[in-house]
Amino acid sequence: MAGEGVKAAASVNRHDVEAVNAASRRSLYKKREKIHPKRMEGTFRRIKWAAMAIFLGIYYLTPWIRWDRGPDAPHQAVLLDFPARRFYFFFIEIWPQEVYYITGLLILAAVGLFLATSIAGRLWCGYACPQTVWTDLFIAVERFFEGDRNERIRLDQAPWSLSKISRKTAKHLTWIVIAMATGGAWVFYFADAPTLAHQLLTFDAPAIAYTTIATMTATTYLLGGHAREQVCTYMCPWPRIQGAMLDEESLAVSYRYDRGEPRGPHKKGEPWEGRGDCIDCRQCVVVCPMGIDIRDGLQLECIQCALCIDACDDIMTKIGRPKRLIAYDTDSNIQARMKGEKPRYRLVRPRTVIYTAILVVVSLIMVIGLMTRSVIDLNVIRDRNPLYVMLSDGSIRNGYTLKIINKLHEPARFAISVEGLPQASARLLGFDDMSEPVEVAPDALRSVRLFVTAPRAALTEKSIPIVIRVRDLDSGTEVVNDTTFKAPIDE
Amino acid sequence: MAGKKEVDQFSGVETTGHEWDGIKELNNPLPRWWLWTMYATIIWSFGYWVVMPAWPLISDYTRGVIGYSQRAELADTMAKVGQDRAARAGSLVDASLEDIEKDPDMQGFAMAAGQAAFGDNCAPCHGSGAQGGKGYPNLSDDDWLWGGSLEDIHTTILFGIRGDHSDTRYSQMPAFLKDEILTAEQVDEVVEYVLSISGQDHDQAKTANGAQIFAENCTVCHAEDGKGDRVQGAPNLTDAVWLYGGDRASIRQTVAESRFGIMPAWTARLDPVTIKSLAVYVHSLGGGE
Repeated sequence: MAGEGVKAAASVNRHDVEAVNAASRRSLYKKREKIHPKRMEGTFRRIKWAAMAIFLGIYYLTPWIRWDRGPDAPHQAVLLDFPARRFYFFFIEIWPQEVYYITGLLILAAVGLFLATSIAGRLWCGYACPQTVWTDLFIAVERFFEGDRNERIRLDQAPWSLSKISRKTAKHLTWIVIAMATGGAWVFYFADAPTLAHQLLTFDAPAIAYTTIATMTATTYLLGGHAREQVCTYMCPWPRIQGAMLDEESLAVSYRYDRGEPRGPHKKGEPWEGRGDCIDCRQCVVVCPMGIDIRDGLQLECIQCALCIDACDDIMTKIGRPKRLIAYDTDSNIQARMKGEKPRYRLVRPRTVIYTAILVVVSLIMVIGLMTRSVIDLNVIRDRNPLYVMLSDGSIRNGYTLKIINKLHEPARFAISVEGLPQASARLLGFDDMSEPVEVAPDALRSVRLFVTAPRAALTEKSIPIVIRVRDLDSGTEVVNDTTFKAPIDE
Repeated sequence: MAGKKEVDQFSGVETTGHEWDGIKELNNPLPRWWLWTMYATIIWSFGYWVVMPAWPLISDYTRGVIGYSQRAELADTMAKVGQDRAARAGSLVDASLEDIEKDPDMQGFAMAAGQAAFGDNCAPCHGSGAQGGKGYPNLSDDDWLWGGSLEDIHTTILFGIRGDHSDTRYSQMPAFLKDEILTAEQVDEVVEYVLSISGQDHDQAKTANGAQIFAENCTVCHAEDGKGDRVQGAPNLTDAVWLYGGDRASIRQTVAESRFGIMPAWTARLDPVTIKSLAVYVHSLGGGE
């Protein structure tokens, strides 16, 4: 980067610079060259600011949203309560055995990512990935204290001085404060936010909270402040996977070489015939936070943040050429234009249709699952040791452990009945008779022992299917569980 | 080779001087991140030696400044568990068996403690599911030799049956044939009678005499109707549950040679709370009265 000259040609700043991360310049053993992305304004920069505000807002504010769940439950809208083994998500409350909802959510996230990628490339990487959002924020801080690209390059090359030390210190301190706020917000998802905030400030919080904040602070500071583009290029698997998601019909931030080539410097007043629109000003290179040259084509390093589109548009406006020499475009359209054909966007392709179909099916299953989610649940565990007990009158008794789950936030009373063996009698351990309701505390599980006794003469098979029915006496909701009654009969 | 560096003409990288079948090894530097990671781990290890137990000595080891020990941590954890358990067990010391069974907290503790103690102490004879076996009573059915109430079960566990303890439950059935109280023929007849009162196939011809012999020899313990006597641990002979088998041969062996099942007293072996817990646990198995 040293020796980069800035030549003024007309009103255009030309940068005589190579992309530091271009594949041709990259070597395994080379020290990382620091990237100094230039500030750029434009449509996509505005979209990225908005996206950053929304995502950071969601991240920082979500734990503070309150949600009334009644007296015995936490009042936090989104809470991962590991000690109590409950996940709360607004009106949804997930018990450990319902972890398949989280699996479903992960499937939705993955398929959503596939669909977005097949339609418009690395939308996730460019706008939504925490690495991108925080790096963007850290670069903005860097710019605030050290100035724009050229100033920063000069500062980095300058000998240490009081001004350099103070600017660098201020930058790093601000980064650390942001990193701490990042780690600090993370822990609020796992405990009641106002309580934990108070504990954190009075140094009363559990050690794990401080450890988590420290770890998150360190990773945020390192990944956002120092590692930056290396995370995407070397650490993240997604750039490798996305190759399988993209095809020639996917929109991607592309240099339209059909229009740009042959490239070369252009003086004001010269004709545009016989040459491309690219004046080789390298604005697209200097704004790139990944340190690449978009004109080299689709590359693994490119997170498709679209800042080069803004940069190029700015230049095209200045030199009076049409905008979008760099644009969201598809490879097949570029090919089509070169052949003189009309470009067209094929949104409906087998892969987009299949991803959409999977997305819809999984969403439907999730919605149906959540809508029909039972607030009472019953698990029946048959005694296996002994399988059955012969009583003194020769009748056979089977034992069952019933686990009745009451997911409501108020106590529930249940009636239990056994069906399938008309001659059998049932008894609940510790209850006078079957008509006495079984009370289960709010948001709790209760185990009761059930004994079913049948006269020997009534038993004709080794294993007789029976049904255990639990009915909520207040709401009338029923849960049934199939099980068997074992008899001492050799078949 | 010494002092002379060979540089590979294609990559411009120095070689190590090693050559295999004409292939030379390039002396590329280690990646910097790898080197820094290695230096960091080296620095870390020095700190670790100081802070944590690290070096073996002849009869000891370096303890480290914070004195961390996994054994001590385990001992601490176990001590805490012990304290917690003792605190919860304390409530059972003075509580009556009925109160323990009714109170959900105490009952939960007693069931857990009882189940564990049962597995350790009782399962070898009574089976892990308390289903028993020949000579070892099934504790989950409704047939009890010495009584199936909480109190009865508790007493049996405390003092045992035909054991060494002075308060042990004791009774002995005579060996009617071996001790020459009855003749072999009389034994056969009384066996047929016992088969008849328990509703099994029997030789009608012999039951009349058998009834007579039963009335003269057996009713003192097994009662006139053959339903037994819990005070003496005499089993009910009319039901379907047989400790030593209910077929003709087994009953004949019982009458002829007698049986003498022994259960040890647990009062000296287990603490009172564990014995109470065992009583509550056994009482809950399905046959509790």
